[in-house]
Amino acid sequence: MIIKIVIIVFIVFAIWRTSLRYQKKDITGRELIIWLIFWFLVALAAIWPKKTDVIAQWLGVERGADLLVYISIIVIFFLLFRLIVKLEKIDRAITEIIRDRALKGKSGKI
Amino acid sequence: MKVYAVIAAYNEAEMISLVVNEVKGLVDEVVVVDDGSRDQTGELAAQAGATVLRHLINRGQGAALQTGIVWALDQGAEIIVTFDADGQFAAEEISGVVAPLIAGRADVVLGSRFLNQSREMPAGKFLLLRLATVITNLYTGLKLSDIHNGFRALSRVAAEKIKIRQDGMAHASEILEQIRKHKLNYLEVPVTVKYTEYSKRKGQKISNSLRIVWDLIISRISQ
Repeated sequence: MIIKIVIIVFIVFAIWRTSLRYQKKDITGRELIIWLIFWFLVALAAIWPKKTDVIAQWLGVERGADLLVYISIIVIFFLLFRLIVKLEKIDRAITEIIRDRALKGKSGKI
Repeated sequence: MKVYAVIAAYNEAEMISLVVNEVKGLVDEVVVVDDGSRDQTGELAAQAGATVLRHLINRGQGAALQTGIVWALDQGAEIIVTFDADGQFAAEEISGVVAPLIAGRADVVLGSRFLNQSREMPAGKFLLLRLATVITNLYTGLKLSDIHNGFRALSRVAAEKIKIRQDGMAHASEILEQIRKHKLNYLEVPVTVKYTEYSKRKGQKISNSLRIVWDLIISRISQ
């Protein structure tokens, strides 16, 4: 079960990075707890993957692994959407700055 | 009437002097927005007698036109003509494009390649433009014979209302949407477009149409 070991090692790494960020006060104590719970659940699912089938079947999906893939795709699409919107906003902001400089540069204000 | 020509130029060193020289006698001021060109476009335009505004980095034709329009309005322009930098348009037709504004018959005048007889454009481009025109007319509710023609004239009122937020080529569709939104009176006049080797090389590629559609969709969802 190499995959389990890989996932567990990754979780340990993730928790270590998260706690580092907590020590640097990048994240709040509440955020730290949420992340710890999240990684703990991931660890449980990695060690006893069959148990996730119970939740999946309750939602009408046959296997826990399938449910995970579905959720992942939804999350990825959502993040992609947010990223596109964010990029569009940054693009507009850059244009505003460039325009402002062009206009001020011409009228001798820079 | 104080008429300003706004020309967005990106790496047009080969043609810009000629275009500025042709246009400058026909309007009160020529404003060239050098959209982050890596060649001598800005310097050559200034030498030819244009007022040059410089975008430090390339932001696209829509962004450059909007910069030029804001400048022209600040300077008290009463009519703003948008004109292409690649020498496709005939400068002597500016008076015809401006005339309906002076006469008070419209707020916006749009140049059309299809109102007159000459259709010396590549067949693929012709078909795509026809298709795009039909779709745009359905979508904006305007009745036009041509879209994405860079030769237009705006009254001061129209130029103040129309705010181009599409940095890229989709600005041409956006202008039409805003004509509709602000209920501006528009009119088409025939203009000649010369499809030279240079303009074909520099101009819109057919594949860009997908990009335009994409940009329009993205701006919708990110509002």
